Amino acid sequence: MMLETRGLKKTYILGETTVHALDGVDVDIAEGEMAAITGPSGSGKSTLMHILGCLDTPDEGTYILAGEDVSRLSGDQLASIRNRRIGFVFQSFNLLPRLSALENVELPLLYGGRKDARGAAENALATVGLGDRMGHLPAQLSGGQRQRVAIARAIVTDPAILLADEPTGNLDSVTGREILALLGRLNSQGRTVILVTHDPSVAASCSRQIRIRDGRVAEGD
Amino acid sequence: MLVWTTVKAAMRSLFANKLRSFLAMLGIIIGVGAVISMLALGAGARKQILGRVTSMGTNLLIVRPGSNPMGGVRSGSMETLRLEDAQAILRKVEGVWQLSPLAMGRAQVTYTNQNTNTTVMGAAGTYFSIRSFEIEKGRPFTSVEEERSGRVAVLGSSVAELLFGKQDPLGEKIRVKTVNFKVIGVLKSKGDQGWFNPDDMVLTPHSTAMALVFGQIHLNEIDVQAREGADLKEVETGIEEVLRARHRLRPGEENDFFVRNQAEILEMASSFSRTFTILLGGIASISLLVGGIGIMNIMLVTVTERTREIGVRKAIGARNKDILRQFLIESLLISGMGGIFGIGLGIAAALAIGAFSEFQTVVSLGSVALALLVSASVGVFFGLYPARRAARMNPIEALRYE
Ligand SMILES: Nc1ncnc2c1ncn2[C@@H]1O[C@H](COP(=O)(O)OP(=O)(O)O)[C@@H](O)[C@H]1O
Ligand SMILES: [Mg+2]
Repeated sequence: MMLETRGLKKTYILGETTVHALDGVDVDIAEGEMAAITGPSGSGKSTLMHILGCLDTPDEGTYILAGEDVSRLSGDQLASIRNRRIGFVFQSFNLLPRLSALENVELPLLYGGRKDARGAAENALATVGLGDRMGHLPAQLSGGQRQRVAIARAIVTDPAILLADEPTGNLDSVTGREILALLGRLNSQGRTVILVTHDPSVAASCSRQIRIRDGRVAEGD
Repeated sequence: MLVWTTVKAAMRSLFANKLRSFLAMLGIIIGVGAVISMLALGAGARKQILGRVTSMGTNLLIVRPGSNPMGGVRSGSMETLRLEDAQAILRKVEGVWQLSPLAMGRAQVTYTNQNTNTTVMGAAGTYFSIRSFEIEKGRPFTSVEEERSGRVAVLGSSVAELLFGKQDPLGEKIRVKTVNFKVIGVLKSKGDQGWFNPDDMVLTPHSTAMALVFGQIHLNEIDVQAREGADLKEVETGIEEVLRARHRLRPGEENDFFVRNQAEILEMASSFSRTFTILLGGIASISLLVGGIGIMNIMLVTVTERTREIGVRKAIGARNKDILRQFLIESLLISGMGGIFGIGLGIAAALAIGAFSEFQTVVSLGSVALALLVSASVGVFFGLYPARRAARMNPIEALRYE
C-alpha cells in the first residue's frame, strides 16, 4: 500500500460544541491509484486531506505512509516528508504573489536543499505546458495558468503522492477539465493522485471514489 | 535553503513596502544617528579639554593651601602659604625651573566710566611663561616692578575689550578697587577654559596685589614649573618635604597645603570627558531601543499579513528554522540598512555641529563599528519574537487565514 490509515480521529472543540471532524477513518490507497474523496460540505474531507498530506496529525489512530508511521512525528519531520514525498494543489492556488512562476516552482527544491533547482523547475513548468511563462508573476497569469504553476510546484520534487483539495473549485468548467486532464496524465505516469471534489463528473473520472459522511468513510466502490 | 535566496526575497518584500520599511528604519536611523553624533561630540569635548589642559603650560605643579579637596578643583581658604615658602621651593627643591607666587581675588576694575568685576591676579613675571601666556601688545612686568610693588597691570583680552573697546589701553590709568594702575600690556586671548576664563583677568605684580589690593600676607597659590624631563612626582615630593619642614608639621600630621601636578589634572579632565561621553551615548541609546521596538511592531504586522504565505511555505516543506531565518533576515536588513543610513546621518550631524557651533566633534571608526554592531543586534533581538511567532505557526491554521 502507498498509504493506509486505521481509526483516524480528529476532534475540534469550539466553546461548548465538540466537532468530530474525523470519527474513525480507515482508508487504503494503493500506489498509482487516482482516488476522489467526495462528500457533503463539512463532512471532514479537508481534515482528512491535511492528515494524509502530513500537514496535521490525528488525535487518535495511525497513518502509515509508504511503510513509515507518520502519525506521531514532530513538525520539522513532517515538513521534510511533505517536501520529499507529497505535492499539494490547493483550490485557491496559493502561489506567492511576489515571486515569478519559476521562483514559485523552485521554492520546494530550495527548502529541500537541492542544487539543480533552476533546471528542475524549468522542466516542471514545461511539463504543465507553461515553458513560455516562467518569468511571469502570478497576477499576470489566468486562473488555469496559476493552477498549472501550482501543479508544477507540487511535482517539482518528484513526489510519489499528489494531493489536490478541490483543484477545479475556482476555475470555469473548461479550464477545470484541462486541469483534471493534467492530473490524469500525471497519474498515468505513475503518481498516486488523491483529490477532493464536489463535482460528480470530476469524481466519475477517477478510478476510485471514497465517500465521506460525518467524519466516516461511506465507501461506495 | 540558501541564505542568498532568502536575502533576495527579504529585499524584495522590503521594497514592495517602501514607505513602511522606511518608517520601520526611521527609529534606528535616528537612534544610530544620535549615538554617532553624541559620541563624536563627547570625543570632541575630550580632545578640546585635553588640549586646554596642555595649553595651561607644561610640567606644571600647582601648590595650594588647605587640604586636598577630593576630585574638586578649588582649594579651601586657609592662609598657610607665604612668599617665603615660594622662595624656599625655588632654592631647595631639585628639578624646579621657575615658579610664580600668586595672590588673587575678585575686584572691581574701573576705567573712566567703564567698570567690571574681574579676577585680579597678583603674579611674578615668570607667570607668563609658566602658563604659556603671550603678550598681544605692550610688555610683562619687570623684576624691579615686582620688587617695588609697581602699580602696573597687564590686561586679559576680554577685560581690555570691555574697558577700552577700540581704544589703545597702553599707558592708560585704570583703578583696581581704590588703587590706580598703569596699563603696560594686553594678553593674547586663550579662550574660555570652562572652569576658568584666562581672558577675564587683570595681572599685577604679586607684591602690589598683596599689599595694595587685597591687604594680605598669604598666597593663594604657587605655580611651579619643573625642568624639562624632571620627574613631576619627585618634584612634588620635594615641595612637600620643604613645606612640611617650613610649616613645622610633625610626622603623621596632615599637610596644610596640597600639590597637584598636571598629569593628575589631565587625568581628572579626561575622566570627566569620559563620563560626559558615556552619558551622551547612553541617552542616545534609548532612541535605539525605541527604534528596536518600532522594528518589532512592523515585523509583527508583517508576520500577521503574511500568515498565508507562511502556511504555503510550510506546506511545501519549510521547516520552522527556515521561516525563522526568513523573518530574522528581514528584520536584520531593516535594522542594518537603518544603521547604515543612521551612520550617514550621524556623521553629517557631527560635521554640522563641528562647523556651525563652538563644539568640536570627532567621529571615530570605533563608534561607527559599534553603531553597526548595535543596530544589527537590535534587529536580531527585536526581530526574534515576531520571527518565532511566524516559525511556530500551525500550517493549517496559517493556510486557512483570510
Ligand atoms: N481548525 C478547525 N477548528 C474548528 N473546527 C474545524 C476546524 N477545521 C475543521 N473544522 C470543522 O470540522 C468539520 C470538517 O471540516 P472540513 O474537513 O473542512 O470539511 P470539508 O472539507 O469536508 O468541507 C467541519 O464541521 C469544520 O467546521
Ligand atoms: Mg474542504
